[in-house]
Parts: sequence; C-alpha cells; structure tokens
Amino acid sequence: MPLLEISSLAVDYRTSRGTVHAVNDVSFFLEKGETLGLVGESGSGKSTLGLSIIRLVPYPGVIGGGRIKIDGRDIVALPEHEMQTFRGTKVAYVFQDPMMSLNPVKKIGAHFVELIRTHEPNVSKKEAFERAKTVLKNLGIQPERINDYQHQFSGGMRQRIMIGLAIALNPDLVIADEPTTALDVIVQAKILDLLESLRKAYQMALILISHDLSIILERCDKIIVMYAGHMVEYAEGTELHDRPAHPYTQKLLQSIPNIELSDQKLTAIPGSPPDMLNPPNGCRFWPRCSYTMEICRVKEPLLISIGRNHLVKCFLYGEKGVQSE
Amino acid sequence: MSEKKIRRSILARCIPRLTSLAKKGPSGWMIMIGIVIVLTFIVITMIGPWISPHNPSALFIGPPVASPSSQFPMGTNFLGQDMLSRVLCGGSVMLQVAGLSVLICFIIGVPIGLFSSYSGGFVDSACSLVMDALYAFPGLVIAIAIAAMLGPGVINMSLSIAVVYIPTYFRIVRSQVLSIKELAYTEAARAAGAKWHTILFRYIFPNVIPSIVVVTTINFADAILTAAGLTFIGLGVSIDVPDWGLDLTMGRKLIANGAWWVITFPGIMIILLALGFTFIGEGLSELLNPKLQH
Amino acid sequence: MGLRVYIITRTLLTIPTLLLLLTMVFLVMRVLPGDPVDLHFERKGTPEQIAQMRQILGLDKPIWNQYVDYLWGIVDIGYLLQHGYPNLGKSMQVTSQDVGRQIFSVFPATLELAIYSMIIASVIGILLGTVSSKSYNSLLDHVIRGFGTVTYAIPVFFLGILFQLIFGVYLHWLPVSLRINPNVEFPAHVTGLFTIDSILEGNIVKLFESLKTLLLPSLTLGIILSGIFIRLTRMNMLETLRLDFITAARARGLRESTVTYGYALRNAFLPILTMMGLQFAMLLGGAVLTETTFEWPGLGSYIVGRINYRDYTAIQGAVVMFGLFVTLVSLVVDILYAYFDPRIRL
Repeated sequence: MPLLEISSLAVDYRTSRGTVHAVNDVSFFLEKGETLGLVGESGSGKSTLGLSIIRLVPYPGVIGGGRIKIDGRDIVALPEHEMQTFRGTKVAYVFQDPMMSLNPVKKIGAHFVELIRTHEPNVSKKEAFERAKTVLKNLGIQPERINDYQHQFSGGMRQRIMIGLAIALNPDLVIADEPTTALDVIVQAKILDLLESLRKAYQMALILISHDLSIILERCDKIIVMYAGHMVEYAEGTELHDRPAHPYTQKLLQSIPNIELSDQKLTAIPGSPPDMLNPPNGCRFWPRCSYTMEICRVKEPLLISIGRNHLVKCFLYGEKGVQSE
Repeated sequence: MSEKKIRRSILARCIPRLTSLAKKGPSGWMIMIGIVIVLTFIVITMIGPWISPHNPSALFIGPPVASPSSQFPMGTNFLGQDMLSRVLCGGSVMLQVAGLSVLICFIIGVPIGLFSSYSGGFVDSACSLVMDALYAFPGLVIAIAIAAMLGPGVINMSLSIAVVYIPTYFRIVRSQVLSIKELAYTEAARAAGAKWHTILFRYIFPNVIPSIVVVTTINFADAILTAAGLTFIGLGVSIDVPDWGLDLTMGRKLIANGAWWVITFPGIMIILLALGFTFIGEGLSELLNPKLQH
Repeated sequence: MGLRVYIITRTLLTIPTLLLLLTMVFLVMRVLPGDPVDLHFERKGTPEQIAQMRQILGLDKPIWNQYVDYLWGIVDIGYLLQHGYPNLGKSMQVTSQDVGRQIFSVFPATLELAIYSMIIASVIGILLGTVSSKSYNSLLDHVIRGFGTVTYAIPVFFLGILFQLIFGVYLHWLPVSLRINPNVEFPAHVTGLFTIDSILEGNIVKLFESLKTLLLPSLTLGIILSGIFIRLTRMNMLETLRLDFITAARARGLRESTVTYGYALRNAFLPILTMMGLQFAMLLGGAVLTETTFEWPGLGSYIVGRINYRDYTAIQGAVVMFGLFVTLVSLVVDILYAYFDPRIRL
C-alpha cells in the first residue's frame, strides 16, 4: 500500500467573481522514502495541491472531488479533529517564506514544546525542551538560542527551524513548498542538502514543490509538471531530463541557464500564464505552444502513457487517453 | 490639462458613479440607504413647520405627559407640548450646527494639513505636535470648555465642535499627502520644473479628495452626536427652539413615571440621522479602499 | 534597547506634549472672548466684586506671571505631598475652596467608572470581533458588524436613559443613580474606588452594593465603546489569520482554539491595546455624559455642575485633570506595548 495515493483530485476556489479550478484531475502515488517533485509557474496549482494533502487549502478553496489516501485511508472527508492528529505527526509541511512562518511573539523553544505536547500530552515540559534542543543541534543551531525569538535569526536559520519543527515528530511525509525561494543561492543548496540528509536518516517521503526545474531534476525520484492546474507530464528518474515530452517541459528545460555554455541565449517562454478565472478552451497551454494544432484549441487532451512510467497530456502523442495512475 | 478640465473630469467621474451605485453591491446599497436617510431628514426638517399638526414650542397644547393616543400619536411632554411636532421639527438645530462645524473644520483643517505636510520640516513638525496633542484630548471636554466660555448659540456650538475635529482632517490629509509626495510621478513633475502649487493642486489634492469625503461624512455623524451631547448638558440653544437633545434632557426626569415616549422618539431620530451619515461614510470607505479582496 | 531604557525615554517624551497641552488649556481659558470673572458675575458684577475676585484668583497679575503660576501649581510636588492634591487654584464659586481638593475628591469615581467601562467594552469587543472574524461573511458576521456600527450611532445618554427605564423603572432590578445605596456607608477610603475599597475592607455587602450601582453606567458606556473594538479586532484578526504562520501552526496539527487565541489574537492584540489607550479619550467624553445621566458623582458631573455656577477656574482645573489623565494612560499603554512586543524595544 503506498504511503500517499491521490486519485483524480480537484480543488476549486469559489470566489465572488467565479470559480477557479486550481487543481484538475491530478493522480499519483508515493511510497515510503520516495521524493516527488512538483514543478510549475506561479498559479499552476502546485502549492494548492500541496496544501490539499493536509487539507489546509485557504478560504474560499474547497476540495471539489477525488480521493487523497494516506496509508490507505481517505482523508478528504475526515472530521477536522482527526485531521489534526495527522498534521505534524504523519504529514508535515514546510512553508515558503520563513520570515513569517513562526509566531513572532513566541520563543523558538516554545514552538517545539507546544508541538510535542499537543501530540504527545504525556511528555513533560522538561523532556519536550530537551528534545527541542536536540533537534536544534541536529539542524546546526546552537541549543542556547532556544529562548530567542524568530526575528533574531536570519532567513536561512529560520528555515532550518521550520524544517526542525516539521521533522520533530518523525513524520512519514514532508511537503516542502518552495523551501528555498526566499533564500539566496548558497543557503538554498545548504537547506536542500539538509532536507535530503534528514530524509535519508529518517526514511521520510518528500514532496518538493518548486518553480525551479533545476532543483527538482537533481533531487527527485518522480516529477510532475503542472500547468494551469493540470498535470501535463509525469516521469520518473532521468526520463524527464532525457526525453521531455510536453512542449512546456521542453521550454522549461531550455530556459535553465547552463554555466558551461559561454554564449547561451536565454530563452523565455513567450506569453504569460492564463487567467485562471477564464482559462483558454481546450489545452490550457495552446496560446504559448509552438506546436499548436486545431484540436488543441477545442478539446482537452488526456494523459497518455509514452513509455515506462512516463505520462504526458498532449495531442502530439495521440488522442487516446489512458487511465492515469 | 487646465485646472477646469481636471475638476470637470472629477465631476464627470462622480455622476456615472452615483447612478451605478446600486450595482456595486453591499457597499453601494449602504451609501444609497445613507443618502436616502439623510435627504429625508433634511427634507423633513425643512418642511417640518408646515407639516406638524401643532406648534412644537406651544405650551400645554395637550395634557402634560400624556401617553401616545390618536390625538397625540407620540404623546406629550411635561410642558404639554406635542411630541410628534417636536420630533418633526427638532432636527434643525442639530443639522445646522453639524453642517456649520463640518464646514469650519474643512476650511481650516484641510488647507493646514495640505501646506504643513507639503512643506515638511519644522513647520510640519510643529503643526503635527499641536494637532496630535489636540487629537488625543477627549473631544467632548474640549467642546464643553469652549462652549462654556463662548456661551449658547448655533455659531458658538459649531465653533466648539469644529475645534475638536480639525485635527482629524489634518491627520488624514497629512498622511495622504505624505504618501503621495514620495511617489515617483510627483518626483517626475518636480524634476520637470512644476511649481509647488501646481503639484499640490493638480497631483496631490485630487488623490486626497476620496479620504476627505469619507472623513467628512463620519465627521457629520460625530458632530451630530456631540451637538446632542452639548445640548444634553445644557450648553445648547435656548429652550424655546425644538431640539431632540433638549427633549432628552427634559424627558429624563419623567423616566421614573415610566413615560417612555418622551425620550424614545427623539432619541431614535438622533440615532437614525447619525446612522445615515455613518452608512454613507462606511459605504464610501469600503468602495474607495476595498479592504479584503481575494 | 531594553525595556528600562525605553520606559525612561518614553516618559521623558511626555514632557513636551504635556507642556503643550497645559499651555493650550491656559490659552483657551484666556484667549477666548469674554473675561472669565466678568462672565462669572454674568456681567452684573460691581467693579469692586470683580477686582476682589481677580485679586484672589491671581488674575490681576500680568499674563506671563499667571502662566508660570499655573504651571508651577500643577508641577509643585511639595504642595501635592503636603495637601494630597495639586494646586489648581481656587474655586470661583466659593473662593476659600481649593479646586485641586474638589477635583481629587471626585476623580476616583470617574476612574472607577472608566476602568469598568473599558473592561466591558474590550471584552465584548474582542470576543465579538474574534467570533466575527472566524465566521467571515456569514450571517453572524454581518449581525455583529451591524451591532458595532449601530451602537456607535447611539448617543450614550440615550442608551443610559433607556437602561434606566428598562432595568430601573420597569424591571426594578437595578438602581439608576448615585454611587451607592444611600443606606450603605462608603467603604473606608484607600483608593477611592468603592469596589476595591470594599474588598480591602473585607465587606461583601458594600462590594455588592457598589457593583449594583456601577453596573448600568459602565454597561452603557461599555456597549457604546465596544463598537470600535469589534471592528478593530475583526479587521486585525482577519488580516492576521491569513498570514503564513497561522497556516503553519495548523499544519503542525495545533488545535484551532490554540491557533485562534495563542497565535492570531496574541499577535493581533497589540494594535487593540493601542486602541484601548486612544479610546480612553473618547471614554472620558462619554463618561461626562454617562455621569450626568446616572448622577454618578465623578469629574464629569463636577465639570457640568461647575458650568452652571460659571466657575471657570474649576472648569480649567477639571480640563487639566482630564488632559493629565489621558497623557498618563497613553504613556502606560505605550510601555505595555513595548513589554508585550519585544520587537518594539529595538
């Protein structure tokens, strides 16, 4: 039984100006210890997808359909108080911007103590405190700083603290939403390495969400490319890098600057992401695609299998759909 | 564009806005309800003397402290005056005082705010210090102190109340001007050699207007309540003018006998009038500064 | 910076503001048309009477002297320690009476009313505001917001009279005036606040009686004032609830009540605290009207009473007292703010 199984998930935002279909028909599964990368532009639905796994899609978002199974249990309709037992213990989330992810008026140590004692009420304050100190040490933060406030730390250190809070109770799955976007490049690498080492040490599954394809390619077993709320390509291993199928994926790969090429022209993808209130008919990507065909403007493509564990949603590869996994 | 064209275009934008208010959702409705209420009150006050069944100031038209009946639908007070007539005519002093004080506030507060914040430096600091000290002070107490010195009368009341709210205008204008002053396009204008008065009136002032309008309507509501308060204490106008605040003062002592009608109707009128202005102000404020957009 | 340094700096900053305030009061009472002494006698005073009063009150001295005397009277700690009240001049009505003594004897009543009203206003305001923000855009939200808007438009004395009518006259539940049942003795004077003094004395009956008379006036003032708190709390909570650290807290599986109160409210609370300080000024204005309505013998009733006697020195003294009180409260609020938010001390 896979750790996480998503089937035909749909998430909508019901705003006063209309419904935004932020996530459409996404399906995948994740085993213990695997890494999944979710890559896409802003507005592609990747963050919404991540948040829906822990059922924290912000108002006015609702899960419109599909199933989310954690250890075989469908959590879509789970009552809130039961959901709270999953969060932080089985599934943990690391947010993008560390600047405001911690309670500004609470000491760092207090965050850990509160977390531990909420989920393990029998632990004494003293014990929780000691455990907090251990976690901080493993993250490379001096344990004496346990009584400091979040504003006394740099961005990179705050992110470490966030990660510390996420792994403190040994979750099976960690979802990291753009964990390095708000940080500078050198710190980025350190944080990602930290996540990787923790993952290996604790055998956690990791879902890495980013708009930066280069990070995803390096570190993920499975990759999902999202565009305008749709899963447009799915591949495992080096497949995505070696044989990118969807035109969007190809463009993404092309736009990664290569430090070894001295006169590389940076290619950008023409156009801009669609207005999610009024997305284009047919395939969402057709206005920006170099290979648009008549059918693309009219019908929505279905996911097609084009190789071992490689799916793509594009009419270039035929019209017959396949049951997505 | 010339000054005239700017003013005309502002007006031109206002008029279609007024007619399309209904489409703007709850905020629009609030403004319309508010305008309806306020206009109704103004009309009633103006035609009051003609439509009242009795002379509101005439004494002992009916038995004193008579409960509502078909003859006196709102009862009578302890001077035998008809409450219905007093209710219909009682708004005039309040509206005059509120209107006059808002006008004074505006004429004094807005220019000081504009010039002080635009000039900056010592002038601005000095003005702000004075205004802040005044702003922090309990409004009613200031009004009482000044009204006590000046004596009764519509103009004196208006002055007392105006002093209380001048800092409010000053602050709003100042904060708007300061934020606009820093914007790129003001810098650009200055770099292109525009004179200070051009910048102030063509660039800054039109952007300040929306906030001023909102403050003015809320100010109206406050002024009405403060005027009622002053009258309640006895610093209002003379007793022979019908006034809702006065009714509350006089009726207070009759409470022990359970004569609820003497105070309830005038009180409700004050509340409605204040609400009318508040609705306009709230609605406008939401329309112009949408707070929470998804 | 550190809390101690902040307290000292902030306290020192009060001095220029205070000076400005006192000067403005001084000017208002002198600059406005109408000579106070003349008005006191309602223009009917004989030259001898006027001259005599001017001499007693020190109004015959040059204005600069008057200003210095006035300021000195307020700041004179020696006088304060000796008499138990500051030197605010003599009453025009009874020139042997010190205005300072009169004011200090009535002030505690206003203080008590103000404290309880503020407590009621903030409790109602914060609770309703929080509930409103949690059920955003629901019927409950709109009802609460409507309540907040309408209460602001009600003249405080009207609400007071209505309460007197309903609870005093119709239901006979509560007394409608005075500070305590005339049959009950005042509690022994320690703070001047009857509720506290009753507790200190250990007298339950007196405590009960003082609470009974305190209830209606503070409820009236509290309800009127709560509107602003409802709106402010709601707005701050709505803004705070969308911030990342709230979702992050939920993502850790913390209970919703912990998130609402420990995370959201605790962070949204500080602007509310500041507002409490700012609202104190409005509270005092409302207190004047409330005291008049309920015949509550505080500073408000005092100043209104003095108007009828045309006792201008007393009015000046009362206005100064209000100003001092507001400045002190704003100082305390700023210090509390710095205590709760470690970031401010930087």
